[in-house]
Amino acid sequence: MKELQYPFDSEWIMKKKKSLKRNLLGDGSQRIKKRIAVLGGSTTDDVIAALELFLLDAGIEPEFYQSEYRQYWQDAVFGNPELDEFGPDVVYIHTTQRNVDFMPNVRMSVEEIDAALDERFKRLEQMWQALGRFRCPIIQNNFEMPYFRLLGSRDSYDPHGLTNFTSRLNEKLNAYAQTHEGFYINDINWLAATVGLEKWADTKYWFMYKYAMSVDVIPELAYQTAAIIRSLFGKNKKCIAVDLDNTMWGGIVGDDGVEKLEIGQETGTSQAFYEFQQYVKAHKDLGIILTVCSKNEEENAIAGLKHPEGAVTPDDFTIIKANWEPKSINLENTAQELNIMPDAIVFADDNPAEREIVRQQTPCSVPEIGEVTDYIKVLDRSQFFEVTTLSADDLKRSEMYKANIQRAQAQAKFASYTDYLLSLEMTAEIGPFKDIYLARIAQLTNKSNQFNLTTLRCTQEQMAEFAASNDHITQYGKLLDKFGDNGVVSVVVGQRGSHPVTGEECLDIILWLMSCRVLKRDMELAMLDGLVKQAKAAGYTKLIGRYLPTAKNKMVKDFYPDTLGFSKLSEDSEGNTVWELDITGYEDRNHVIKV
Amino acid sequence: MTRDQVFDRLEEVFRDVFDDDGIVLYEDTTADDIDDWDSIEHITLIAAVEKEFGMSFTMGEVSGMKNVGEMVTIISQRARR
Repeated sequence: MKELQYPFDSEWIMKKKKSLKRNLLGDGSQRIKKRIAVLGGSTTDDVIAALELFLLDAGIEPEFYQSEYRQYWQDAVFGNPELDEFGPDVVYIHTTQRNVDFMPNVRMSVEEIDAALDERFKRLEQMWQALGRFRCPIIQNNFEMPYFRLLGSRDSYDPHGLTNFTSRLNEKLNAYAQTHEGFYINDINWLAATVGLEKWADTKYWFMYKYAMSVDVIPELAYQTAAIIRSLFGKNKKCIAVDLDNTMWGGIVGDDGVEKLEIGQETGTSQAFYEFQQYVKAHKDLGIILTVCSKNEEENAIAGLKHPEGAVTPDDFTIIKANWEPKSINLENTAQELNIMPDAIVFADDNPAEREIVRQQTPCSVPEIGEVTDYIKVLDRSQFFEVTTLSADDLKRSEMYKANIQRAQAQAKFASYTDYLLSLEMTAEIGPFKDIYLARIAQLTNKSNQFNLTTLRCTQEQMAEFAASNDHITQYGKLLDKFGDNGVVSVVVGQRGSHPVTGEECLDIILWLMSCRVLKRDMELAMLDGLVKQAKAAGYTKLIGRYLPTAKNKMVKDFYPDTLGFSKLSEDSEGNTVWELDITGYEDRNHVIKV
Repeated sequence: MTRDQVFDRLEEVFRDVFDDDGIVLYEDTTADDIDDWDSIEHITLIAAVEKEFGMSFTMGEVSGMKNVGEMVTIISQRARR
């Protein structure tokens, strides 16, 4: 919903929250359900109301637990039957400057203040550790700066200042986050500064309603919090597609010629476009795919991208669509070639009319990016690519997609497909989950939609539990070939279960997914070989596979029978199917990948 | 701005906030007359009314207003748009 995309009208959202919710719930879209515990240090009703809107808009239907007023610490540390029964998928601790609960003064010794800082931090740490019982991600606000400064500017550097105390407390939070998996800081300190501390801390709201911030900024807070949650559940965008003329440079390359383009350091306008090019390019290192979608002759587009004063080069873009087809069609084709869903593309275009058409014709995100001086701000505040995990694979992703395109070119030269696969000199590493891969395994699990049989979403903590459990068999698959390392591309989890017909013990496959970038490489056969080996070693004789249809996973509807040779046990009215494979006489199926 | 004009604009704000196009306001309308008008929605309502009329209520006024009529009186005195 455009009204819930950045830049949004906060006041309008709060006024219309009821009808917005009604419209979102009635729009017929499919959403994943998540349980979110909001533990508040102030009144949280409107925070939850606004968070719900942004999550619904992002394809997540939340169910909330809300702590009683200011009971965040008590709920976490001492527990509470309602919360324990709720079993959250995420805990969000909404604390603010109002919960720093300490006011240094100039009569105190520095030691006293240090002791108070330690004490305050230990109370928080105790709470986070207690919350570990839920084995789910924890989102913790840091603390925004106080709205008054008793010592003026000195408040920021003198230990007797509350500003200094708050900064030091935030540093301790950062250090904790750096060393603890599954713990995420919601940087409200930056957000409060960005929207303006005076606007943020309208104290009337505190004294009258115990709201830690004014109602007007609650959507800003909720949007940022929702960005972290949607990232945790695999709803991040994956690709930026950029228009070129007046988006990546000033001027029209086809009309003005390369030498007349405004890009580089000559004028203010050139510098603004240069800074935007740098910003776009920096996303490559985060694993975001860059593509071009421009109405241009391809030759002119390439010439513009090769501009010696520019920050980008044609090589930075995995796909360049420069032609006269409608942009919506080019974007759909881009998605198909990259094997991603079109809604994972963010399209940046200076032309409002083009934006509107693409918005109507495709599910791509098309922000109102404004003038060149606004481009970075709008993309950045939209938090399309919120980085909750940063895996080694992210750094290499664009190279991987490039290598994929080279593989496609190589394929053309071989007589048979098997010859081609053999020529790739593939090697796989397949085995039970390893700690070093857990972040990538969780990331892949939460964002794979197409080649995903059950679309089970799991946190990193749950993955670690599966790996440690005697009732589960876990397996990851990493694939290398002569063009490069594809990284961890497949995840399978089996669980001890009973056969739906005979009741005998069998291994029930609750998760089987693969990255679409290694489709048709026989990696799925190598994964089955590995799974059967582990299952036999654990004494199983039968595997049970399940397909649960979603809007996105039709490609694997017949995966169990057609690819793996399972036989059908049942199908219900919603199309959920159950399959079995007897593994007593199993022989390895993969002959092209060295394991 | 006449009292009637304030009533008309206020009615629109109420309809937005409570998502109910059937709301009609009278001098003596109170929270008891409107479903969903609880302490939380009161906060949203006050914020929306302040934006609509470009003014703000004091803390004493927010807790002291007895009915919509009193709200209209305060708005009439201080509305800036």
